[in-house]
Amino acid sequence: MFDGSGFEGAGWLVVWPVLIPLLGAALAAAAWGRERTQATISIVVLGAQFISAAVLFDHVWSHGVVAMSMGGWPAPFGIALAADPFGAFLTVVGSLVALAVVAHSLGATDAEHRRAGFFPLILALMAGVAGAFLTSDIFNLYVWFEVTLISSFGLIVLGGRREQIDGAVKYAFLNLIATTLLLIAIGLLYGLTGTLNMADLSGAVAALPQDSTLETVGLLFLVSLGMKAALFPLYFWLPAAYHTPLPTVSAIFAALLTKVGVYALIRVFMVVFPDSAHLAREAMIWVAVATMVLGALGALAESDIRRFVSFTVVSGVGVMVGGLAIGTEAAFLGTIFYIVHSIIVSAALFIAAGMIASAGNATRIEDLAGLYKRAPYLSVAFLIVGLSLAGVPPLAGFWPKVYLVQAGLEAGSTILVVGILLSGFLTLLAVGRAFALIFWRAAPEDAPTPPAPEFGNLVKGSLGALAALTFLIGLYSAPVVKASTRAAADLLAPDAYIEAVLGAPRAVTASDDPVLGKEVTE
Amino acid sequence: MLLAGVLAPFVLAVFAPTVKRVAGPATGWLLALLPAALTVYFAQFIGTVSSGGTITFSTPWVSDLSIHLSFYVDGLSLLFALLISGIGTFIVLYAATYLAKHADLGRFLMFILMFMGSMLGLVLADNVVTLFVFWELTSITSFLLIGFNHASPRSRRAALQALVVTGGGGLALLAGLLLMAQAGGSMELSTLLQSGDLLRDHPHYLAILILVLMGAFTKSAQAPFHFWLPNAMEAPTPVSAYLHSATMVKAGVYLLARVNPGLGGTEIWQTVLVAFGAVTFLIGAVLAIRNTDLKLMLAQTTVASLGLLVFLIGLGEEVALEAAMAYLFAHSLFKGALFMAAGSVDHGTGTREITRLSGLGKAMPITFAAAALAAVSMSGLPPFIGFIAKEWVYKATMGDFWPLAITGVAILGNALMFAVALLVGFKPFLGRQSETPKHPHEGGPGLWLGPVTLAALGLLAGLFNGLSGGLLVGPAVWAVAGEQVSVDLYLWGGFKTPLFLSLATIALGIVLLWRSRAISSTLAATFDRMWGPDRGYDQFLDLLIGTARTVTARLQTGTLRHYLLVTMLIVAAVLLLPVAQMGDLDITFRIPATDFYIFGIAALALAGGFSIAVFRSRLIAILSMGVLGVAVALVFLLFSAPDLAFTQLMVETLSVVILALVIARLPIYRSDWRGWPRAVRDSIIAGAVGVGFTLLLLSITSRTLDLALSEYFAARSYTEAYGRNIVNVILVDFRALDTFGEIAVVVIAGVAVLSLLAMGGRSLAGAGRAPDSAPDSAPDSAVTGKETS
Repeated sequence: MFDGSGFEGAGWLVVWPVLIPLLGAALAAAAWGRERTQATISIVVLGAQFISAAVLFDHVWSHGVVAMSMGGWPAPFGIALAADPFGAFLTVVGSLVALAVVAHSLGATDAEHRRAGFFPLILALMAGVAGAFLTSDIFNLYVWFEVTLISSFGLIVLGGRREQIDGAVKYAFLNLIATTLLLIAIGLLYGLTGTLNMADLSGAVAALPQDSTLETVGLLFLVSLGMKAALFPLYFWLPAAYHTPLPTVSAIFAALLTKVGVYALIRVFMVVFPDSAHLAREAMIWVAVATMVLGALGALAESDIRRFVSFTVVSGVGVMVGGLAIGTEAAFLGTIFYIVHSIIVSAALFIAAGMIASAGNATRIEDLAGLYKRAPYLSVAFLIVGLSLAGVPPLAGFWPKVYLVQAGLEAGSTILVVGILLSGFLTLLAVGRAFALIFWRAAPEDAPTPPAPEFGNLVKGSLGALAALTFLIGLYSAPVVKASTRAAADLLAPDAYIEAVLGAPRAVTASDDPVLGKEVTE
Repeated sequence: MLLAGVLAPFVLAVFAPTVKRVAGPATGWLLALLPAALTVYFAQFIGTVSSGGTITFSTPWVSDLSIHLSFYVDGLSLLFALLISGIGTFIVLYAATYLAKHADLGRFLMFILMFMGSMLGLVLADNVVTLFVFWELTSITSFLLIGFNHASPRSRRAALQALVVTGGGGLALLAGLLLMAQAGGSMELSTLLQSGDLLRDHPHYLAILILVLMGAFTKSAQAPFHFWLPNAMEAPTPVSAYLHSATMVKAGVYLLARVNPGLGGTEIWQTVLVAFGAVTFLIGAVLAIRNTDLKLMLAQTTVASLGLLVFLIGLGEEVALEAAMAYLFAHSLFKGALFMAAGSVDHGTGTREITRLSGLGKAMPITFAAAALAAVSMSGLPPFIGFIAKEWVYKATMGDFWPLAITGVAILGNALMFAVALLVGFKPFLGRQSETPKHPHEGGPGLWLGPVTLAALGLLAGLFNGLSGGLLVGPAVWAVAGEQVSVDLYLWGGFKTPLFLSLATIALGIVLLWRSRAISSTLAATFDRMWGPDRGYDQFLDLLIGTARTVTARLQTGTLRHYLLVTMLIVAAVLLLPVAQMGDLDITFRIPATDFYIFGIAALALAGGFSIAVFRSRLIAILSMGVLGVAVALVFLLFSAPDLAFTQLMVETLSVVILALVIARLPIYRSDWRGWPRAVRDSIIAGAVGVGFTLLLLSITSRTLDLALSEYFAARSYTEAYGRNIVNVILVDFRALDTFGEIAVVVIAGVAVLSLLAMGGRSLAGAGRAPDSAPDSAPDSAVTGKETS
């Protein structure tokens, strides 16, 4: 069954990135009220998650897909966790950025908020994210969605200001609808195929008649996952909510939650529906282009600094899904690179937005001024991150756009090319305008000059690290390109993934149990 | 080594502020060593290049996608590289003196050096992506430099305007370059441009051309994008002299010259370039004489010169390309010198208003000398290189392409330039000394060394025209023409048409000069009221932001009800459209006749659902929902899932009790009746969703379910998992991970509620009606998950 890649028990590698933060969450919850201890636990746990993800990625890179079926029940009967280069890569980047954001929170978030459930919830969220990236079972994917949703819901109300509650209500309602729709879609798909494992579904769906029922189920997946990913016209919940929680919470949401939705869209449409759900695919390119352009327009229209960032996140989702809609290898290369870039930049932007708001003592771009002099460090970081967001070379955001434009030209998809360039233009304008107003503009003379903001080393360092990361990836993008290329190639040839999942080794070894021992020989 | 040459300015840029702190007054001299060294470095290629050779360098950058960091030195890039590093040397010196007292001089020099590296990279790049990277970097550094006086709103506006115009054009250029690379099958310009008619005959030729031209025209300020360049004069003078006259704004011209062998020579190329170039030439020249600010006058003549260059490249004949390269060379020298001289005048007197300046020749003799020499070159008088360039322009306009019209344009434009050149170069220095805000004085050598050298070079290049033609202009022409042609510049071409045209130009120019005051005020009176693209830019931005606001306000209304409505509409559409479109609904509806009481349960469920919709009281709605839930529990019971039925009953009971309690305790409306019109609309949408799901479900249940999983579970539930209740075994063994996740969900929900409560005493107190929705939703989600697993 297990084709012996790597070492005995290599399958366990896929379990740790999920299990470690979940255990950490329990540990942190047990240390309720002891904020120092919780902070230490969180940093250690996220560090461990990052290391375990890195080890997993390294193993996947050299030995191919790692899969492991839980409880010893082979897929498709039991649930198998599986990591291919795509999932493993995102887990690595996600946990690294989460580490940076949590490090930032140690210096930035008010102690009283931290004393409440902040740390356990963040860790639970990270478990959900990693679980979603690493499961091969579509119902189990739904479960991880719920884990992230419920932890995010706990996080979004931390602070308890009125507008937070308002944002949280919209966030919860709309996301619950999306989750429910996803559940219905999964149920219907099970009704059609009798299986839940994505690798198994791949063959089962291909054998189905291409009729309106299958098309509808495909569309339901697009709607439910698209809502999670914040696609037009169902992205309302994101700009309605992301500006309300603590800045660090927004940062981690923006970095990871929509990406989980995009990831799931890619996984479902590449593994489950590689050659079906044509209506959903046709709709996807339009939806994607509308999302990128309307998101960028939203950013241009906004005057609240954090809502401005929220809309740029929406716009980015459109870019990623645009690559999926094209579906060629070059397009996936661009999409995967863009996901990685967007994880880094979204987190950095929300962190920066939080620092801007606290340095300028205002949240409206119109009310902010004079930070060029008062917070030069912040202005450099914001400029780098903002320009990277707009896709200006030689920063990281430039490269995925090049690949996507190239893919769009090769595939003859003018609409995608126009969408990407137009949204890039609008974003550049929005970022340039925000920079000119917030940083360049001098504070009014009669206004009392608040003292220069004092940010701690962790606060500055984490933003600096993220900005440096997007800068360095821009200068030398080869490693990310290499990883993305590999991930894209594997996505387009899912056989290895399917084979590995359906022949996954089992968490319980044969020798443990005489009954199971027989099972192995089947 | 080429790579090091391009990267060195960036490296030095990082240390510029430190150098400034340490070196103090010597900063300029120290930092100028690098561009000086680069000039020498590039000069050593002259030998190879002028004998027809090229120098290349390439290293993989993003290895997987044929994106190389590759550079290529031929006549064209060498001419540019020498101008960039050579003029850059004096600019660094000049800036360090000009802004000596400015607190942010270090930052300024950092930006200037970054720009220098970007510009060098741009002109040396061989790979199209490399070229684009540096292209955008020049836009960004230009943005930072124009906005250097960031407290001034005009500076900020000009900086953003330049970014929007050149950045927007840049995006078009990216698409154009990639499309060109795709059509030509290579990312390297050196390969692409040698592919003969491949690009010109390609079906995408027109698209490539339009996109590339958008990039070039915005960067090189061609009409109707010419407005950003004069506004960019908000930047300190060293920036105007360097970026916005001698180098960056020529990037578009460079690009056109560069791609000429591959894209040029077609009818559309010729027509578009000549037309846009000619219009820009005239607009720039007219606006130059209209202005009275020294820098603005010079800026407008830059616009005009860029137009002239585009126009010449568009003509495309050998002699036109010779004219273009000669003029480009001449222009960089005289315009750099004049800008710096104008800056020195500003620096020395405190004003740039030409009407207020006269008689400075005594106080500022060196600046006067430099300005005069440069102005004579610009006006096109012998024996300067500017004269030769102008002669060649006339030779070029007499070709086959609309000779009369374009010769007329050239005479008019050149005459205007003649007048402006003499105004700028002589008016401030001659006559009686005027009153100025500052006592006029000559600046230090940092200020005059640059203008004097550049102006002198203009004279020397004209005198030693064999050298400048053979070593610099000629090889550049080869690169643009795509073949080695013999270039022979000379001052005296005999009594031929170009000479007579030159004489006509001078005569017209003198008339214009004589009446310049009147012309200027007439033009000002006309233009200042007229709509222009600069105002158009504001209108465009207002329109764009206005549209953005309207669209966003429409979509992001802030009302949850609206969001839910749209969501449900989409769901209804998704459910009904495919089946309506494909019309392949295939339902075999089997009613289990034996279980007649199923109808009773269905009636119960329907009654529950109906009363939720119809009754206005919230309490009744909650109870009805309970009824609906009980009906579902009964269905579970009938289909032999007693544990599910039990769970469902428990959940329903608890929900009703809790919701009723919450409603009783909170001061919220007891009814949320929405009025008939909305009720009908919402019912239709809800009905559509319901019908859609029903049809879908029927269609799926009409098929035979693959029971492989159930059979597997049934077979192994007792024998291997030791449990008789299959549902339980599924939950705790076969799919234990799901249950594990769901338990986690419940625990996390608990943590979330706990943290809400932990803060609740303090911050939730004033939150109004917020708590009614927040805490319930959390456990609700856990329930949703559990019911169905």
